[in-house]
Amino acid sequence: MTAELPVRPERTATTRPATPPGPGSEPGPGSGPGSGPGRRRGGRGPGRPGRRGGRLLAPLRETGRLFTLAATVTRETFRRPFQLREFIEQFWFIASVTILPAALVSIPFGAVIALQVGSLTQQLGAQSFTGGASVLAVVQQASPLIVALLISGAGGSAICADLGSRKIREELDAMEVMGVSPVQRLVVPRVLATMLVAVLLNGLVSVVGTLGGYFFNVILQDGTPGAYLASFSALAQLPDLWISEIKALIFGFLAGIVAAHRGLNPRGGPKGVGDAVNQSVVITFLLLFFVNMVLTAIYLQIVPAKGA
Amino acid sequence: MGTEVVVEGLTKSFGGQNIWQDVTLTLPAGEVSVMLGPSGTGKTVFLKSLVGLLKPERGRVLVDGVDMINSPERDIYAVRRLFGLMFQDGALFGSMSLYDNIAFPLREHTRKKEGEIRRIVLERMEMVGLLGAESRLPGEISGGMRKRAGLARALVLDPQIILIDEPDSGLDPVRTAFISQLLIDLNAQIDATMLIVTHNLDIASTVPDNMGMLYRRNLVTFGPREVLLTSDEPVVAQFLSGRREGPIGMSEEKDAATLAQERHVAPAPAPRVLAPQLQPSPGLPERAAVERRRARVLAMLADLPEPARAAILQGQGENWGHGQGHGQGAGQDHDRGRGEDAGQDHDRGHGEREGQDQSRSRRHAPAGGGGAL
Repeated sequence: MTAELPVRPERTATTRPATPPGPGSEPGPGSGPGSGPGRRRGGRGPGRPGRRGGRLLAPLRETGRLFTLAATVTRETFRRPFQLREFIEQFWFIASVTILPAALVSIPFGAVIALQVGSLTQQLGAQSFTGGASVLAVVQQASPLIVALLISGAGGSAICADLGSRKIREELDAMEVMGVSPVQRLVVPRVLATMLVAVLLNGLVSVVGTLGGYFFNVILQDGTPGAYLASFSALAQLPDLWISEIKALIFGFLAGIVAAHRGLNPRGGPKGVGDAVNQSVVITFLLLFFVNMVLTAIYLQIVPAKGA
Repeated sequence: MGTEVVVEGLTKSFGGQNIWQDVTLTLPAGEVSVMLGPSGTGKTVFLKSLVGLLKPERGRVLVDGVDMINSPERDIYAVRRLFGLMFQDGALFGSMSLYDNIAFPLREHTRKKEGEIRRIVLERMEMVGLLGAESRLPGEISGGMRKRAGLARALVLDPQIILIDEPDSGLDPVRTAFISQLLIDLNAQIDATMLIVTHNLDIASTVPDNMGMLYRRNLVTFGPREVLLTSDEPVVAQFLSGRREGPIGMSEEKDAATLAQERHVAPAPAPRVLAPQLQPSPGLPERAAVERRRARVLAMLADLPEPARAAILQGQGENWGHGQGHGQGAGQDHDRGRGEDAGQDHDRGHGEREGQDQSRSRRHAPAGGGGAL
């Protein structure tokens, strides 16, 4: 075991893996028992070049990549030729997997809000405002979130898995070698599709949720239809609808970008793709609720409430 | 004529692990080169670095004046159209039929009509013996067929530089021999610069004009085929003879003790015979690269090691003396009877063996094929 051959940087390296790890794969955890802490220090972050900063900065780096992808997608959106076919196919796919669940989820969701708000206003003696309050909650908050969760759960996971498996089968590399940008060819149509589906679906969910709320409040809680509708027009205003659609648009964008980002960078192998799908959904959810909070705060600040 | 690829001081690491360092070589325009190396020495990584899919930390790759490592993405994308890359397992688009896969570059980059696309695609499919499998999906065919389809797709845009990743893996010896012949024929027809990454000894000894070898994070040598094929370098000699005795071990390299022990035990290696290079199939034009290479090699003759020089001078007489058809009587059985195969027939042969629809297979005149390419 005295490796005395020339240009021989390490001695223990007879146990080193013969194949170079792909850019995404982690080095085997502690390759060999003899590897002390000094060797482990080579622990190479996410196995990518530029590992300055090590593990601490890894989340920041990922965030940076996410933003880069978002910027690239925005830029490539305007590059011809637009991939219309891919866009329509993706749009149809995402719409078809989300419409039914969205409608089915929005009925009980609208009902829950109506019931909760209804019983609360009953206690407060403000029953006549039940309609306005529950509809506002559905349109502004519930609907964009339901849409985003479904888009990310049903559409985003499929996008992520699709891109991820293409990546590990080297299809995306092949595409790049042929001088076709995978971002322009595949990611842009998908992100635009999620955005458009989100906006349209948001309308559907708002309507179904409102109808559900109406049904439960008027029929089950013996509210008066007239008061329900009157309070609605007394409290709600057009900007409430706008912010709802804007939220849906942004959430759709986020879901698409995060799914694409995770899909384009799976950590080696089929299991990596599975993990990527999982991560994409979780990351999207976290981002959604955070962004929703920010948007709501901004909206409440800049748009005066009706009658205030 | 193909395009020259100049690689200067390329160094690539993944994380802390260095893959290879300071690789400098030039792929001469229009010539066929082979990069050898034991498994896991980063041959595929090298190939991907050439097209700019992976970014080495240091060095540059110059193609047509563009550095494939550091230039803006826009330039790199433009230059990539000169490349055809055949991936190890084809890297076909799983959701498209073979036909659509092979037509993909044409549809993306040209404004050709469907009729013309169809003509070109079928021609390439016939070339690699895949006629009749147009509507199959990549998931439904064998690895060898996927590989050939990947090659066909790499060829549709008439690339000037063709990079081929392990053309032999997953193919039987006969198909490997056909692929070797196909590559040489291709070079004769379109005069593209080719780099084949492989560890198949048959391909290495009969196909290339130039050879290089990656071993232990370094480029051992790169030069005319005679240099490597006659090299006394222990690593090269061991690799080319496929013996266990030598510096290459199971896990990359052996330690000194084992080596010393081997020196006593191992029988002397059989003398290596320099196999003649493959010639284009009858009916095809001579490879234009041969002339250029001769001038180039003769100019550098003085710098070459003695055995290589002798081999080159000897080859001079043979190779340029009596064109094709020679080599059937050569010491090693590298030809596997390819010499007798008529140019058009081997395509059809593939079709038959794959059990494809024979009736659709048109005969294609080699001259016409050459002109269209």
